[in-house]
Amino acid sequence: MSSPDRSPARVAVGPMVLIALVVGAAAAAFAYTAGWFSPERLTPDKVVDAFAPSAGPALGHRRNHVKGICFTGRFEANGEGVTLSDAPMFHAGQYSAIGRFNLATADINAADATVRVRGMGLQIAAPGGQLWRMAMIDSPFFTVSTPQALYGLVVASGSKDPDAMKTFAGTHPELAHFGAWARTAPWTGSYAEEPYNSLNSFVFTSASGAAHTVRWSLLPSAQPIPVPPDELAKRAPDFLEREIAERIKAGPLRWTLVIRVADGADPTADPSQEWPRNRRAVDVGTLVVQAIEPEANGPCRDINYDPTVLPTGISTSDDPFPAARSSAYRRSFDLRTAEAAHYPATPSEATP
Amino acid sequence: MIPTPQRFTPLQRALHWLMAVCILAMLFIGVGMVSTIAPKYLPLVAIHESLGTVILLLALIRLAVRWRYGAPALPADLPAPMKLAAELSHYILYALMIAMPLLGWAMLSCANYPVVLFGGLHLPMILPPSDSLHTLLWNAHFSLAFVFFALVLMHLAAALFHALVRHDGVFEAMAPELRSKSVRDRASP
Repeated sequence: MSSPDRSPARVAVGPMVLIALVVGAAAAAFAYTAGWFSPERLTPDKVVDAFAPSAGPALGHRRNHVKGICFTGRFEANGEGVTLSDAPMFHAGQYSAIGRFNLATADINAADATVRVRGMGLQIAAPGGQLWRMAMIDSPFFTVSTPQALYGLVVASGSKDPDAMKTFAGTHPELAHFGAWARTAPWTGSYAEEPYNSLNSFVFTSASGAAHTVRWSLLPSAQPIPVPPDELAKRAPDFLEREIAERIKAGPLRWTLVIRVADGADPTADPSQEWPRNRRAVDVGTLVVQAIEPEANGPCRDINYDPTVLPTGISTSDDPFPAARSSAYRRSFDLRTAEAAHYPATPSEATP
Repeated sequence: MIPTPQRFTPLQRALHWLMAVCILAMLFIGVGMVSTIAPKYLPLVAIHESLGTVILLLALIRLAVRWRYGAPALPADLPAPMKLAAELSHYILYALMIAMPLLGWAMLSCANYPVVLFGGLHLPMILPPSDSLHTLLWNAHFSLAFVFFALVLMHLAAALFHALVRHDGVFEAMAPELRSKSVRDRASP
């Protein structure tokens, strides 16, 4: 292939081009994998950025469900859960719980009465270090069917185009269903009077290996007292936090954890669709909330209520939301922990 | 004195190529998983954490093996700057193979994320929860991943340079058996 009188420099040209091609191809494959050639790819950064209010995100805080207050307590398992899942916290006994009541808004200055959806983040810990984290809301079903649609909804609702929401609703009929709930469901004056629903489905696996796709709800023992929104608007902008901190003084608050088991054809991948009411429901125990603490220096502050942090016996299902939420929540966590200086943990004696 | 070997031992070569596959997979999974919200995000993270631990263990074994068996000397006629680059880049590669999994593990500990390997093995936390430490470790893990990939590319370019341009036996010292056999056959007719 090479003649003896060729100079070494000339011989090297072919191999050098080959080396450059190999290295260039590897670098390009890496950049492609990182999404640098795919501006249309839905990244966690894009999702988190889309949630930011027009005034910018509240630095040091969660990027959504930004207003919240911590609670501590315990989960009292009655043992019924083991028929469905081998998770350690379903075996009869008491397990420590750290949670967070919150509002589904990215605007830290939103008045409590203006936020339709309320939520609860909850971590139940079993001895041995297994954790079950969840982030639930009080609506009985979700706004849209897919993470892509949720991104579209957030973008449309933040859009300056007055027709953006109409256009979005036109292509996402499930939104009207949610809208009907939002308009007609009664409001209450307390976090304690709300149910909190997983909405997403998960797979429970029992010790015998039997798998069931389930959703769950925390149903309040407190009687919900409907309050007209006009009435709530007259209350303090943070009336929910004040109310729950006051209410806990009268004693612990309780919710029953009910697991609902899907039947064969139920839409397990679509949290915007409710399952029929007659599905098997198993009462597996009681969440007892014993103390309320401000978030700034409370135990819930540093917990990312990532719904994919699951114990053995619980895993994700074909519902695409938990993965999307995990990815976006991590981004939110990375951002807020880096900005922690903007959200100082006030000493407890200084908090009201 | 033990005579300098011409090639790495079969164990060293096996470890090298096994880790090459693992590390490349790890780097691609890493940049892929942080740029998606698709369902594959969860298995990618799970593989990243498990594979990271495997790489840490393999790197420690490899370091011990290297310490025990040494390495073939670089060609005497290799220019001094290339020799320096070769030696320095290898120190950094070894450091990254060990540091990156530890940084990742420490970062997850500071964020209070449980690390579960192979679907069921719970790793202990190696640091207490801390916002500032989490940020520091996250930044280090993220930036060093790109340094690591750049070094891997450099390593690849240098290996091909030795194999295709210099023909000096450096590539053959680490090459898999098939290739080295043909080289030996050619070298000793």
